[in-house]
Amino acid sequence: MGRTKELFGITALFDNPDSIIKAAKTVVKEGYKKFDVNTPYPVHGMDKTLGLKNSKVGFFTLFFGLSGTAFILLFMYWTLSLDYPLIIGGKPHFALPAFIPITFEFTVLLAALSTFFGLVIAFFNLPFNNHPLHDTEYMKKVSVDMYGLVIEADDYIFDNNKVRNLFRELGAKSVEEIYYPEKHTYPVFDLKFILFLIIVAVLTSGTTYFTLNKFMDMVPFNWMAEQDKVNPQSKSDFYADKFGMREPVEGTIARGYMLYPYMGIAEPKEYLVNPVLPTKESIELGQRKFLTFCSPCHGNFADGNSRLRGQFPSPPSLHTQRAIDFPDGRIYHVITNGQNAMPSYALQITPEERWSIINYIRVLQRAKDATEADIEKIKEESSGNVQ
Amino acid sequence: MSNNESGYIKRTLPQGFLNTAYILLVIGLVAGIIAYFVDPQRASYSYLTSFMFLVSLGAGSLFLVALEYLAGAVWSTPFRRVSEFFSGVIPYLLILVVPLFFFLHDIFQWTNARVVKDDPVLLSKDAYLNIPFFVVRNLIIIVIWIIFYFIITGLSRKQDETGEQSLTTRNIKLSAAYIVIFSATITLSGIDWMMSIEPHWYSTIFGVYYFSGTVLCALAALTYAVVILREKGYLFPDLKDDHYYSLGTLMFAFTAFWGYIAFSQYMLIWYGNLPEEISWFIHRWEGGWIYASIFLIIGRFFVPFFGLLSYPAKTNAKRLKFMSIWILVTHYFDLYWMIMPGMSETGRPYSFSWMDLVYPIALVGFVMLLFRIMTVKYNIVPVKDPKLQRGLDFSL
Repeated sequence: MGRTKELFGITALFDNPDSIIKAAKTVVKEGYKKFDVNTPYPVHGMDKTLGLKNSKVGFFTLFFGLSGTAFILLFMYWTLSLDYPLIIGGKPHFALPAFIPITFEFTVLLAALSTFFGLVIAFFNLPFNNHPLHDTEYMKKVSVDMYGLVIEADDYIFDNNKVRNLFRELGAKSVEEIYYPEKHTYPVFDLKFILFLIIVAVLTSGTTYFTLNKFMDMVPFNWMAEQDKVNPQSKSDFYADKFGMREPVEGTIARGYMLYPYMGIAEPKEYLVNPVLPTKESIELGQRKFLTFCSPCHGNFADGNSRLRGQFPSPPSLHTQRAIDFPDGRIYHVITNGQNAMPSYALQITPEERWSIINYIRVLQRAKDATEADIEKIKEESSGNVQ
Repeated sequence: MSNNESGYIKRTLPQGFLNTAYILLVIGLVAGIIAYFVDPQRASYSYLTSFMFLVSLGAGSLFLVALEYLAGAVWSTPFRRVSEFFSGVIPYLLILVVPLFFFLHDIFQWTNARVVKDDPVLLSKDAYLNIPFFVVRNLIIIVIWIIFYFIITGLSRKQDETGEQSLTTRNIKLSAAYIVIFSATITLSGIDWMMSIEPHWYSTIFGVYYFSGTVLCALAALTYAVVILREKGYLFPDLKDDHYYSLGTLMFAFTAFWGYIAFSQYMLIWYGNLPEEISWFIHRWEGGWIYASIFLIIGRFFVPFFGLLSYPAKTNAKRLKFMSIWILVTHYFDLYWMIMPGMSETGRPYSFSWMDLVYPIALVGFVMLLFRIMTVKYNIVPVKDPKLQRGLDFSL
């Protein structure tokens, strides 16, 4: 690499760590500001001797770390609480504890990445690799076994002879002048060449686009992603209101869907009649569905004694005379429509299953509230085989 | 007064320190005994909080000593004795635990046969939570700590005369054993004394939670004592910022560790939201306890985290003193927060009482007195430890 005539600085080499510390101390005392020390390994106490301040990179990390925290919290708030609120796991839209792991990860990610790129770009000036000390005898020596000190020529009190004398007094093994390297120009980064590349790129892509799409009317193959049907939640130009999803036609219902006429009425004047006979199959189905959907609150025997007792408004027992006297349709109405704290189960349980559950409740009521007369009756029917 | 080549002069702590210790201890003890006569149940709860703090301080400090031996650390050698002094609490635990055994029925619901009889959950835990096993188990734990305390510190003190490397080697082996045993015993202590107050509740991470607080407590006590002793000239004057920095970093790291563990415990229970698990947090999120919980999050995590974040903060003596006292206080508050809401299990609601203040006074007096006795009996620096000079030369 060629060198210009412009002086960068004067270097001195020492052969032991004690003399480099002594030299550094003297240079600081003489009042030089623009100087540096190069050693093959970190010399303890050198930072203090040079009066170096703590690196500013910590603030860089802190700033970007906190930016990451703020950004990701706002992002999750916006997506999950404002723009598209979804209930996930029964938690509130802004479920802070669930956001914290993501916040933590993003904070660390942004802090780490920004520290790395911040160091490389802002502190090391990385794209530029033409520091005058590169590729010199001095740099080779201090990378192996010598301790070097360089005073730069643009220091306020720099004087060639004075610096040389100082180094000689300090016992430097060798003193060397370092000149700025010649400016390197790379043809690849030449403005004309880059312009040429841009023009070629625009011309080729433009020509291709117009030839294929406009003149030959060929659409790039899109793997059947584009079809004429309307996707859920997508826009459609076919309808005037631009909504792809449509309401059902007025006066119709979907196939297999039975409309419940008393929906939303607290105390209807009339009820449906149970169309499902209390067969063995129906009662078994009812038992399964009862244990799945009803028992968590009502208890396994519909007496309101469940494991949630005391932690949730307790449901009343279904063995009261009032509940026994309910018509089937009344219970069907409660399951379908909900009542007091109980929500509607219309989405979870099909109408047939609802009627089966009612059949099962009837069985429970009979079994649990049996009287002496009932037992007598059973004994009679089984001709005395039951005790 | 011994004087050796490394410039250490043995000095005892001033008379004023001793007097303060006596005054605090006497006030605390008298008021504490009165408290037991006024309301034994309430007093037992307060006493338990202070007892758990002393367990943290004693067993945690011995853990730090063992950690230094095991890791071969040199930077902490010049003030390892300070941790050894704090671990001198351990033998007294055997006496201090006795009042708790007399009031087990007031603190722990599972000790009452009437309660256990009708409760399938408690019946299933009966094999572990029964009084004889509980007492024997906790006595064994304390005795194990005492054995390790006497052997490890004994060898360390013997080295002050002989300076033999073989003593260090033996301590390294003992430390390896102690660290394993410590992690198991501190978990059991936390579960027995604090988690079982609400016997229906369980958390598998609870032992780690108490462990993190324990180490933090021992570190904060060590840091505070080192900064004060160095300022008053009881330690080597040439301890550097790098020593302070290491202590500050460890406190910072364990603060982050505590936050991590505390949040791990909370988030899983919060997300699962199962009745038998969430109750513990609901007790601490109802009424006035919500403010205590929020204070705990801010005071135990955010304040030390940001207070110790920067490099200058970790080397600043003033900041370290404040933060270590702050961490000790918040550790006490953390224990209080874990123990006190469990009182509602016994059927009486929690309310603040003057008794909560007397036991900490006795605790501070007791530790001060113990520290003073230790400084009279032993060197405050391990004068002939082979690692001492390297520890003094330590720089980052």
